Amino acid sequence: MNAELSNPLALIAELTHRCPLHCVYCSNPLEMQSRQNELSTETWSRVFKEAAAAGVLQADFTGGEPLARTDIIELVRAARAAGLYVNLITSGLPMDEAKLAALVEAGLDHMQLSFQGAREEIANEISGTKSHAQKLRVLEWLKLHRIAVTLNFVIHRRNIDQLEEMLAIAESSSATRIEFANVQYYGWAFANRENLLPTRGQVNDSVEFIKREQERLKGKIRIEFVVPDYYAKYPKPCMGGWGRKLMLITPSGDALPCHAAQVIPGLTFENVKDHSLAEIWEKSAAFQKFRGEGWMQEPCKTCDRREQDFGGCRCQALLLAGDVAATDPVCSLSPMRPKVDAILAEMNSASTAEIFVKPAWLYRPNPV
Amino acid sequence: MPPDANSFPRLAPGCRLNEKSQQPRMLLMPERALRLNGPSLEIIERCDGKHTVQQIVVDLQKIYSKAEPQKVESDILGYLALLHDQRALDFT
Repeated sequence: MNAELSNPLALIAELTHRCPLHCVYCSNPLEMQSRQNELSTETWSRVFKEAAAAGVLQADFTGGEPLARTDIIELVRAARAAGLYVNLITSGLPMDEAKLAALVEAGLDHMQLSFQGAREEIANEISGTKSHAQKLRVLEWLKLHRIAVTLNFVIHRRNIDQLEEMLAIAESSSATRIEFANVQYYGWAFANRENLLPTRGQVNDSVEFIKREQERLKGKIRIEFVVPDYYAKYPKPCMGGWGRKLMLITPSGDALPCHAAQVIPGLTFENVKDHSLAEIWEKSAAFQKFRGEGWMQEPCKTCDRREQDFGGCRCQALLLAGDVAATDPVCSLSPMRPKVDAILAEMNSASTAEIFVKPAWLYRPNPV
Repeated sequence: MPPDANSFPRLAPGCRLNEKSQQPRMLLMPERALRLNGPSLEIIERCDGKHTVQQIVVDLQKIYSKAEPQKVESDILGYLALLHDQRALDFT
């Protein structure tokens, strides 16, 4: 590795696009990989060794639903044996007590269990399946094991008023960490944005609530809060900077700098079947494309914050500004910010009756 | 709040050191990792549920015998409190 290039710290392993849930904000691409294109156990095991050798500390197993892989126990064991800290990001389906015990025995360090709401009705509506009761069962089983637990509640207009009930679920579990993560608008979430974006009042109330509860639960539960960036003054440091900390491997083995990078025209992605991780990290044109500051335009180019937020999200720049190298349009300094303000103004001026009617969701299907 | 001198700190579930063969030594925990220098590694190696806070202080005062003992103690208490706030330590 050359002197300026830091090593990747986390490997996001999208083990499969198959999933029993159909969440309307799924972060998977609109075009998904089918089962026959998925990497083998052996290839993943090699990738974990290459990742550890390249300096990666943590592997995030995600999907789709990573538990849909029948070799999930072997994969946990392989990543742990390679020297990685293993996170499982899961819906909790399909799982039973024996599967959980086997995962822990194989060396799983941390489980992040996703919730679609605090109440069964909204959770099932958002996930397009009956899943909420199973998650509550998983929470009970987790109490029997020595493993770190994070609950991840994905937040939007239709469940942001349930934060208190969500926190009560966390407090009655063995979780030491909770994420209230507002939906970010790409892919499926972008398609459903009109029905997901919270109101300004909801956002302000939730920020107040989180501040209060973070103080109350200090030393017991760490509460992370991800704001909906349309309401933020500055963009998020997307992926901790392009090609700077993270590598994502798709179910078929393509190495991406972010979840949604495939929407960016003109980028080609190397596959782990043909190249080593270190080689991809150093040499891939896609990873170099927005690494560092050379690609930046004004106002990012001379902005004091450019080392904090790295210009924000490239996919969002493409979606909202139509220019992948533009400043993230959610930034208050972006010339395209009025476009985001117009989206917010339209939604916030609509009547409560209009925006809280049950929508016709576009559900994420399973790969064919 | 500083931890009780007679309590036994132990790494919380999901918080562990990387392997001895891996450099630099790190404390791994959910969604993050802390790089450890000499004293912080020596403290964390003793957060095993078998050493009291007081024993850790005495051990480190021996290792760093040239440092002011009061300073060693206050640094350790501060570090343990910080790790507790980050949910990396339990005290029994």
